[in-house]
Amino acid sequence: MLLDASTVLAAEDLTVELGGLPVLRGVSLSVKVGEAVALIGGNGSGKSTLVRTVLGLLPYQRGAVRLFGSPLRSFRQWSRIGYVPQRSMALLGGSKVREVVAAGRLARRRPFRPLGPGDHEAIRDAIALVGLSEQLNADIAALSGGQQQRVLVARALAGEPDLLVLDEPTSGVDLEHQRVLAEVLAELLSKGTAVLVVLHDVGPLGDLIDRAVVLSDGRVAHDGPLGDLGQHHRQFGGHEHLDHGRTAADDQSEETDSWLGGAVEP
Amino acid sequence: MIEILSYPFMQRALIAALLTGLIAPAIGTYVVQRRLSLLGDGLGHVALAGVGLALLTGTAPIPIAVAACVAGAVVVEVLRQRGKATGDVGLAVLFYGGLAAGVFLSGISGVGAGGLAQYLFGSLTTVTRDDLILVGVLAIVILVTTLGLSPQLYAVATDEEFARTQGLRVRLYHIAVVTLAAVTVALAMRTVGLLLVSALMVVPVAAARNLVRGFTAALVCAIAIGVITAVGGAVGSFYIDAAPGAFIVLLAIAVFMLSWPLPYLLRRRRAAAVLPEVVDDDQLVAPHTITENHPHQHAPGCGHPAVQHGDHTDFIHEGHRHAAHADHYDEH
Repeated sequence: MLLDASTVLAAEDLTVELGGLPVLRGVSLSVKVGEAVALIGGNGSGKSTLVRTVLGLLPYQRGAVRLFGSPLRSFRQWSRIGYVPQRSMALLGGSKVREVVAAGRLARRRPFRPLGPGDHEAIRDAIALVGLSEQLNADIAALSGGQQQRVLVARALAGEPDLLVLDEPTSGVDLEHQRVLAEVLAELLSKGTAVLVVLHDVGPLGDLIDRAVVLSDGRVAHDGPLGDLGQHHRQFGGHEHLDHGRTAADDQSEETDSWLGGAVEP
Repeated sequence: MIEILSYPFMQRALIAALLTGLIAPAIGTYVVQRRLSLLGDGLGHVALAGVGLALLTGTAPIPIAVAACVAGAVVVEVLRQRGKATGDVGLAVLFYGGLAAGVFLSGISGVGAGGLAQYLFGSLTTVTRDDLILVGVLAIVILVTTLGLSPQLYAVATDEEFARTQGLRVRLYHIAVVTLAAVTVALAMRTVGLLLVSALMVVPVAAARNLVRGFTAALVCAIAIGVITAVGGAVGSFYIDAAPGAFIVLLAIAVFMLSWPLPYLLRRRRAAAVLPEVVDDDQLVAPHTITENHPHQHAPGCGHPAVQHGDHTDFIHEGHRHAAHADHYDEH
């Protein structure tokens, strides 16, 4: 793999097994400065596993990951990373929107120091960007699913990252706010922020995507412009079985997905 | 109130109660957030082994109980992090082992299990000056940590994976929390006793969450409730000659009961809002959009919340709705 200064994320030949089952089988992925890469694939194809592995949240058995040129193991510049996980409110209930978003500044803060004026400004701006200024002090459990998803986006934006990793950020979000998210991401991309986004439905974000990486059964099935994909991939995120029916392999991979969903919950 | 302050033993008792009321909810907030509400109870059993050892060796019980409790807490946390504490059997063995060791050691020390009673149920009026100095120093450590590291501890307790992507050393913070919880338990054995200390870590926190909105507000409110009930219980028990530990916990539970009805009535409309955003069908998805294949048959009790949608039932699956249609599911 060619590595130059503009590569912010480089994963090479990643193999990940969870509970003895192979989930990723030799996946390579790179994202450059100002580039938007979409990760597309059916359930159980390994999309979430891939983003969580490159962020150091899951161990990998083989391969290499570099973030901003540093091997993952010795990477310390976490303030350059913004992560929007799949929505899970399990333990966030009881927090105000502002408290959740403030956690996005932690990589920039030292322990025992209060939030500075710059922190407050970044938190306010991030909440305004996703259109939740009026819910600043609302309990996150009282918000709708789409609003909760936007809070998680704001939390990542508050850290002013150079690489934004989003795992299905449009899930449950209405079309209007998907367009808002597309505008926000477009602005970040123009400033040189790199974006890696897992998408189920491409939707309004499609216009931003420079490159689509399609995962199928733990392998890269396509890596190139989004336009090269068939129409059904754009709409349904690569659900092959829509075209040619349900196969035993589909069943297998989906069971793997739901099984993993249970096993890797914190 | 003036009369009560003229007794040195009551002065010490009140300071000990005040400190317990401060620290138990402060650390309890993070313990409850991580759904480990019964951790304090288990650690109380482990502390008893320390008391038994102290009785046997004729040393001061609090320092040894602190050490035993911290060791037990770290073992439990490391087992949990390595995924070996599933099924709670390991925890149960550790906790009941602590209780048995405490009773056994106190037995062979000649004091007998009866000598443990003052630690099980508290003995506020026998707090010594040395006890107070130790409790005071450790209380400062606990308060500085729980308040000063509040943003970090909050992130780790509410969203561990996100905290890791902020570069926080999550395992270290988890160990810090259980260690401080262990210290709190051991310190509180004089005031409310080992069997009731867990109540003071959990009940004021639960009450505070009913009363105020937001994590930080609830932390501060829980500490206030802890201080008021601990000092109030200590004073009250002096006048009616009751057991202070039990009185303190009953007061805290009374506050919890009172914290229920009012916010419940005020926030009842919230309940409807927790469902994922309902999006106009024709706006987000085509009227008949087939969902991804689903590995199991949705049915009441399948783990996916069921929602009435017009004339049929939808099942919420990762933020979208599945509705049964012939041999597949539609997106609704």
